[in-house]
Amino acid sequence: MPSTPPAAPPPAPTAAAAGPGAARLAGVAASDAALRRFLHGLPGVDAVGLHARAAALGTRSIKTSAKAYAIDLAISMIDLTTLEGADTPGKVRSLCAKARRPDPGDPTAPSTAAVCVYPDLAATARAALTGSGVKVAAVATAFPSGRAGLPVKLADTAEAVAAGADEVDMVIDRGAFLSGRYLEVFETIQAVKAACARPGGTAAHLKVIFETGELGGYDNVRRASWLAMAAGADFIKTSTGKVAVNATPAVTLVLLEAVRDFRAATGTQIGVKPAGGIRTTKDAMKYLVLVNETLGDDWLSPDWFRFGASSLLNDLLMQRQKLTTGRYSGPDYVTVD
Amino acid sequence: MTPPTPAKATTKAPSKAAEKAAEKAAAQAAQAAQAPAAPDAAAPGRKLFGYAPAPESRAAAGEIASRYGHYIDGESVEGSGRETLTTVDPATGLPLAEFAQGTAKDVDRAVRAARDAFPGWSALPGGERAKYLFRIARIIQERSRELAVLECIDNGKPIRETRDVDLPLVAAHFFYYAGWADKLEFAGFGANPRPLGVAAQVIPWNFPLLMLAWKIAPALATGNTVVLKPAETTPLTALRFAEICRQAGLPRGVVNIVTGDGRTGAALTAHPGVDKVAFTGSTEVGRSIARSLAGSRTRLSLELGGKAANIVYDDAPIDQAVEGIVDGIFFNQGQVCCAGSRLLVQESVHDEVMEALKRRMATLRVGDPLDKNTDVGAINSAAQLARIRELADAGEAEGAQRWSPDCELPATGYWFAPTVFTGVSATHRIAREEIFGPVLSVLTFRTPEEAVAKANNTPYGLSAGVWTEKGSRILWTAARLRAGVVWSNTFNKFDPTSPFGGYKESGYGREGGRHGLEAYLDV
Repeated sequence: MPSTPPAAPPPAPTAAAAGPGAARLAGVAASDAALRRFLHGLPGVDAVGLHARAAALGTRSIKTSAKAYAIDLAISMIDLTTLEGADTPGKVRSLCAKARRPDPGDPTAPSTAAVCVYPDLAATARAALTGSGVKVAAVATAFPSGRAGLPVKLADTAEAVAAGADEVDMVIDRGAFLSGRYLEVFETIQAVKAACARPGGTAAHLKVIFETGELGGYDNVRRASWLAMAAGADFIKTSTGKVAVNATPAVTLVLLEAVRDFRAATGTQIGVKPAGGIRTTKDAMKYLVLVNETLGDDWLSPDWFRFGASSLLNDLLMQRQKLTTGRYSGPDYVTVD
Repeated sequence: MTPPTPAKATTKAPSKAAEKAAEKAAAQAAQAAQAPAAPDAAAPGRKLFGYAPAPESRAAAGEIASRYGHYIDGESVEGSGRETLTTVDPATGLPLAEFAQGTAKDVDRAVRAARDAFPGWSALPGGERAKYLFRIARIIQERSRELAVLECIDNGKPIRETRDVDLPLVAAHFFYYAGWADKLEFAGFGANPRPLGVAAQVIPWNFPLLMLAWKIAPALATGNTVVLKPAETTPLTALRFAEICRQAGLPRGVVNIVTGDGRTGAALTAHPGVDKVAFTGSTEVGRSIARSLAGSRTRLSLELGGKAANIVYDDAPIDQAVEGIVDGIFFNQGQVCCAGSRLLVQESVHDEVMEALKRRMATLRVGDPLDKNTDVGAINSAAQLARIRELADAGEAEGAQRWSPDCELPATGYWFAPTVFTGVSATHRIAREEIFGPVLSVLTFRTPEEAVAKANNTPYGLSAGVWTEKGSRILWTAARLRAGVVWSNTFNKFDPTSPFGGYKESGYGREGGRHGLEAYLDV
């Protein structure tokens, strides 16, 4: 894509301050009315055409060396996730070991990008991952509903950051968004972003979850994307994985187009994370094709694209074993965590 | 964009194992050609995620004979003349097979076979005719991979399109018209609509098997018998279809296929024994057929050229509009009579749309039609390529700005890079003449009235597109466009239930849907 500027260097977790984009979009959030005008002035999304494009890219045939590359890339992009009420330190430690070395029989398999847990287990994950390069991501702000007062959300965030989270996955208040209180959502994101700051000037990376399955259409998904990017999100993320409809190729395509257009408008590059329902290597390939043909090389790295997933990893490992050994193994040849 | 593998003029129908082995060898060769990729070991400038070749098996096309005759009265017969023609693989320029140049004698023989078969076929209860059509539809589905690969090799269009568009539509047309065969009295053409008799059908090379289906399915459903002439650059799937007719047990003479070039077509359409002529192709040939049939009792339907306007208003869903523009002009290398070859974009969003369009065009994958990831394949013939080049050069000479993405075209075969012309004005040849290639002319407009006036300012009227998020504007615009098909917020969508046909020099008569029955009924 020759018309887009070259990629910004991958941000160290310290480079969390809002980019020049914030300045260029100054004024869009001057008032609820201004923000509404801006968001409703974005071009619409035609659902039929969007689905057709996502489906067409889903027919790409990824073979041999391209498949090997994509499998390793996908593994390295996984936010290996456990978000159960029954999570225990033992479970999280086991998951962290898996994230560090996904395939015990093959040290060439890359580590995952991060382990994603509830804030109270962030410290456990932090201890288990020290020195591995695998990041700790913690969900916060009254995950998954996002229904709590701002002080609670900020305390939740601060706890996660204090416990050593490198990344915070926040949820927006869909109720506020759907009732048109865009500025409230905008200001909440800004406040959570501020709460991601650590003493010493560094900050945790902020991922903003829209719960696209609850937003009632792609126009709203595009608006939510721009709202979050303008408010300072480092990543935009589709879903919590806790509702009926989670990430789909089509909704992810809307996010990808949004970050592409946002960088063209502001120069700031934002990451994308589809989450929920991505279970197979074939699924992961389709998402990587979407990234490849919508955004290109600049986003093909764990710094800019992530998968929120749990069972995906084992399927990728089985496919990887098939490619390296020429034989299908089976679920007993990858670890259960 | 790998150069296509050299074509073999003849391929033996392989055993399953041999096919697997061939595929494996191809995959290994592909792997060897590609440097081992690692996420962080890519050289600058090289695309990180390049797709390894994913070639569909050429052998899946089944056996291609070195020489073909006609299909008349249920049998393959040698042509009566000595002359043969050769069909080539447009992706390589190498010959695929020889076939007979149909003579007046061959045509006469085929028309007589169709005439002899007509009383029996038309007397069958509709439900019986439907059985044959359903059977043909199912066989097409069962053999769709074979037909898709054969079409890809003979036509040059990408396997992705033959597999995902052509073949599903071909089967759908037979299924759809099979359903009408026993319900004709409810079609709105009277209590007991009668077939016409022998239908002479001449089809083009851009969708060889799909155009065959559009012609043959309604003709047979209504009780006619047919003589069909495929285009001289793409006869192979029609000849394979003859095999399917035999496999389906279709009575002899109901479908006859005579191959050859325009001379054969002229002999067929002018034959006094035909009751109906259906032609899809160029306006020039359509006109000459109309002239030769004037004053006779032979019915005629024509589906001719187009220069469709694709109107993008400033409130369009831009990302999807860009997809629609790309689909409108680069689908099937732009060799589509209803291609959206004139982009009319509202001036206030011109720059934004053009930037997005160029960015998207840069991702089009041009190359080996058999590669499953190819978006744009080969131009069908040297003659067509010459015409596209001539018009594109005229566009440049007349002062329009030409742009194509960087793309390496294969060294052999017939290729033309996806091209867009901006700064086109209504007087330019590329804004008026049908190019029939992957060349888009971009014009601007200021108001809806101007958009409609410019869209209608063409001798053609086959199709048009309207892109806006505002429903009332879609209806306002569509009501004023003089085109047989108006797509809104989409383009190049086909369905057997939907009638298709033109205004003005784009022809007359409708194909598809209930309307498509009328062309084959005595009403």
